[in-house]
Amino acid sequence: MQQPILQVSGLTMDFGGIRALNNLDLDVNEGEIVALIGPNGAGKTTFFNCVTGIYAPTKGEVDLYHKEKNRVVSLLGMKPNQVTEQGLARTFQNIRLFSQMTVLENVMIGRHCRTKAFILGALLRDKKTMQEEDEIIQTSHEILTKIGLQRYENEIAENLPYGAQRRLEIARALATEPVLLLLDEPAAGMNPQETIELVNLIQEIASEGQSILLIEHDMKLVMSLSDRIFVMDYGKKIAQGTPEEIRNNPAVIKAYLGEEVDA
Amino acid sequence: MDYFIELLFSGLSRGAIYALIALGYTMVYGIIGLINFAHGEIYMIGAFTSFIIATILTILGFPGLAIILLAGLAAVIWSASYGYTIEKVAYKPLRHAPRLSALISAIGMSMFLQNYVLLAQTSDFLPFPQLVPDFDFMEPIAHIVGSSDMVILVTTTVVMICLTILIKYTKIGKAMRATSQDRTMAMLVGINVNRIISITFIIGSSLAAIGGMLVASHIGQINFYIGFIAGIKAFTAAVLGGIGSIPGAVLGSVVLGLTESFATGYVSSDYEDVFAFSLLVLILIFKPSGLLGKADTQKV
Amino acid sequence: MFTFEELKRSFLVSIWFVFLTFPIMVIRVDSIEKTVQWRWMNMVYVAIGSFILSFVFRYMMQRKEMKSEDNGDGDKKDKTGRSFIHRWLADPKYRNAILGSLLAAAIIFPHVFSTYQTSIMTTALMYVVLGLGLNIVVGLAGLLDLGYVAFYAVGAYTYALLYHFFGVGFWVALPIGGLLAALFGILLGIPVLRLRGDYLAIVTLGFGEIIRLVMENWGAFSQGPSGVSNIPRPSFFGIDMSLDTALVYTYYLMILLVIFTIFFVNRLQDSRLGRAWIALREDEIACQAMGIDKMKTKLVAFSLGAFWAGIVGVIFAAKTTFISPRSFTFIESAIILSIVVLGGMGSIIGVIFGALILILLPEYLRALSEYRMLAFGAILVCMMVFRPQGIIGSIRRTYTYQNRKKADGEVS
Ligand SMILES: Nc1ncnc2c1ncn2[C@@H]1O[C@H](COP(=O)(O)OP(=O)(O)OP(=O)(O)O)[C@@H](O)[C@H]1O
Ligand SMILES: [Mg+2]
Repeated sequence: MQQPILQVSGLTMDFGGIRALNNLDLDVNEGEIVALIGPNGAGKTTFFNCVTGIYAPTKGEVDLYHKEKNRVVSLLGMKPNQVTEQGLARTFQNIRLFSQMTVLENVMIGRHCRTKAFILGALLRDKKTMQEEDEIIQTSHEILTKIGLQRYENEIAENLPYGAQRRLEIARALATEPVLLLLDEPAAGMNPQETIELVNLIQEIASEGQSILLIEHDMKLVMSLSDRIFVMDYGKKIAQGTPEEIRNNPAVIKAYLGEEVDA
Repeated sequence: MDYFIELLFSGLSRGAIYALIALGYTMVYGIIGLINFAHGEIYMIGAFTSFIIATILTILGFPGLAIILLAGLAAVIWSASYGYTIEKVAYKPLRHAPRLSALISAIGMSMFLQNYVLLAQTSDFLPFPQLVPDFDFMEPIAHIVGSSDMVILVTTTVVMICLTILIKYTKIGKAMRATSQDRTMAMLVGINVNRIISITFIIGSSLAAIGGMLVASHIGQINFYIGFIAGIKAFTAAVLGGIGSIPGAVLGSVVLGLTESFATGYVSSDYEDVFAFSLLVLILIFKPSGLLGKADTQKV
Repeated sequence: MFTFEELKRSFLVSIWFVFLTFPIMVIRVDSIEKTVQWRWMNMVYVAIGSFILSFVFRYMMQRKEMKSEDNGDGDKKDKTGRSFIHRWLADPKYRNAILGSLLAAAIIFPHVFSTYQTSIMTTALMYVVLGLGLNIVVGLAGLLDLGYVAFYAVGAYTYALLYHFFGVGFWVALPIGGLLAALFGILLGIPVLRLRGDYLAIVTLGFGEIIRLVMENWGAFSQGPSGVSNIPRPSFFGIDMSLDTALVYTYYLMILLVIFTIFFVNRLQDSRLGRAWIALREDEIACQAMGIDKMKTKLVAFSLGAFWAGIVGVIFAAKTTFISPRSFTFIESAIILSIVVLGGMGSIIGVIFGALILILLPEYLRALSEYRMLAFGAILVCMMVFRPQGIIGSIRRTYTYQNRKKADGEVS
């Protein structure tokens, strides 16, 4: 069997009396698009926060497998920046861009953890630093071109249309060269046209071998994109399987009151 | 033993004054999440107003009790007006701005008010008339507990009770609590949030004014700078108790008052302010949620 | 424009302020002599002043709202936001001419103007450097440090006491003062930089006061409130200098330091580290999620800011030859903060202008110097309410990469 790149087991998170995550298991294989769905308040975002080190889970295991380095790292107890360095990058449900920076600069920040220059380099502007700086600009520019935002490059991020802001979050996350990309409701608030473009974009990224774990409420999008789906409700996993299996799963239909799944 | 009780009471009355000021910090923080830096200045203005009115009434030959009541009333009216105006001018336009903007504005307001009083009045220390007479019935214990300590404690207790009733049982109090929990929600259920914020400033400022008058009469002198130190200390008390929590502010104030009183009484009075500041730094570092406050995890 | 409605509103505002300021502005009592002084003229001033200011206030608010609506549309905004100074400096032809003539003016300044003027200018330059140092902390990294003066004091006392106890000279003390201040910055920063923005502000304020109070009370170490005197001026290869020459020498020293600081801050803010600071200011959580080590990045900003304060502290001690705790009150921190806020947080040119305006203006308008702190307070409020970006906002992000982008475009 193939080694999953992300293996989460027994993840539990308590907020005071609320158990937002209850003994959750989840895994993502290399090159897969996996969706995590569930009604509002199910704990999906909390799952992302625990995995990426923003919240410290009450208990559980989170392991990331590096294929190239052929080793498994436990992400538990790491700070968010260390998690990102290990190869997990995410977007946020409520857009969190660096709103006063330009679009290009936002993506350049994503390159931070893959570059090194520090005070001395900044002062001396030696050859190595300048090469690195050029690399940052070049890579960021390429990513923006791929995402289709190059015409906004020098705009201030907060002046972008809403859909473009969501795409910029994806671009920024991609710049960190993630092993696994986590997307939290990437289509939220988008119009149908923008959603279609987004689906194409995600497919394109995935076709280059990028593994993706995404949270989404738009069932059409989830069904058409994902290889596998995990469904959770009240912090618990209630089902997992292929889109076909999930579509016909009675527990899932019950959780959603049988409405959206038909769509 | 007498010395201990003396320190205990002076600590309690100190704590009572801090509480009157700390409540303003905590209430404003609870409602709009701003450290109202200018709050100490409101207290100072309360002290100045009561000083001016009391002196005029003394010259006109009013009886003692009338002087206390009228001067206190004037202090409350004007301090409340200042609080109300400051909110409208310096904070309301910044309600949707980054948190630091409002804080910088508050710091500016504090500097402005300090220097406004300095220029309009004087930079000297002014002798404040002793408004509270030495009561005869206090005579037997006067060497341990002064009459003005007693007045401070009684007044503060009465004020606290009134405030608790106001917040717990009146419609305004409920609206205030609702606004502090979720401003948008409060607005949606028809609470006039702007009015509630104004009322919060008015109540907080009135309490500070009472504190200003009591402490000025107790210590016997005032100056434009008293608000800065008292403000920081009261803020320390509010944080110690857990900022945003009203019982916390009172508890924190009493703890701070007693700490200061015993530390200066038994250790050294040179470092009085250093104790308070160090306490502040230590609490914020080790327990920023305070004694009674809720730990805040930021939702992502 | 001046409709009846508007007039009525301003009239009501004016009445309100007359009432509000009545006890403090009009009455002055003497509780010992038992006299009361009524200053009715003040009431008239307040009435007229608030009447006019209420128009200005409303006008400015309207303008601000109109501007923010413009930005909402997003499309045509961009380069127009730049002030003329930025446009000049962006053009290398103008830039060299401007910088060259500024440098020439700076060099001949002490030969044209009196010693007194040079001394004032030196002070102003010290505030330029302090402002630029605090700008790293507040403007770039978004950490509100209200105890900045503490690091300034550390620098000043380092030199004063090292000389007093060990006879250490200026040039040795200069780096030590800077490094010691940076060390204090790190030691204070490790516990407090975890705190939320407003708590950080208060803790640093408390720290600043603690340092001052310790210096005031620990007589054996710091000579208490009376301070340390007879600190030697900066030396120059052991040459004895007259007072005037020493002043001019200090002035040139400051010019060099200013140039070095500008160079330093400019290069830093255009680097990977500088971008990380700004990102941190914009959104801490997103910043961490992008792989930036929050503590390390903040700590570097905090200690670099402290380092600069320490350096200027040493020079301050050497220039005035006397220091006491009274030079390091909270007011000093507030002045430096005003400089940064007025100039424009994150903007180097803005901070330079801010420092020159706020330090030189009160010196030359002696009549107004009484109102200096009043004005500083008002400036902080007004800038935040009407123009949070400062007189010369920072714009680096819109043009730094434009040229690069074009270059890239040609390659690809
Ligand atoms: N920081 C926090 N403190 C307390 N409770 C929290 C916190 N974060 C999340 N919760 C609670 O955990 C539960 C799950 O929230 P979460 O945001 O993970 O849901 P979600 O599945 O992402 O929902 P949605 O589809 O609306 O985004 C909710 O009850 C929420 O109130
Ligand atoms: Mg969510």
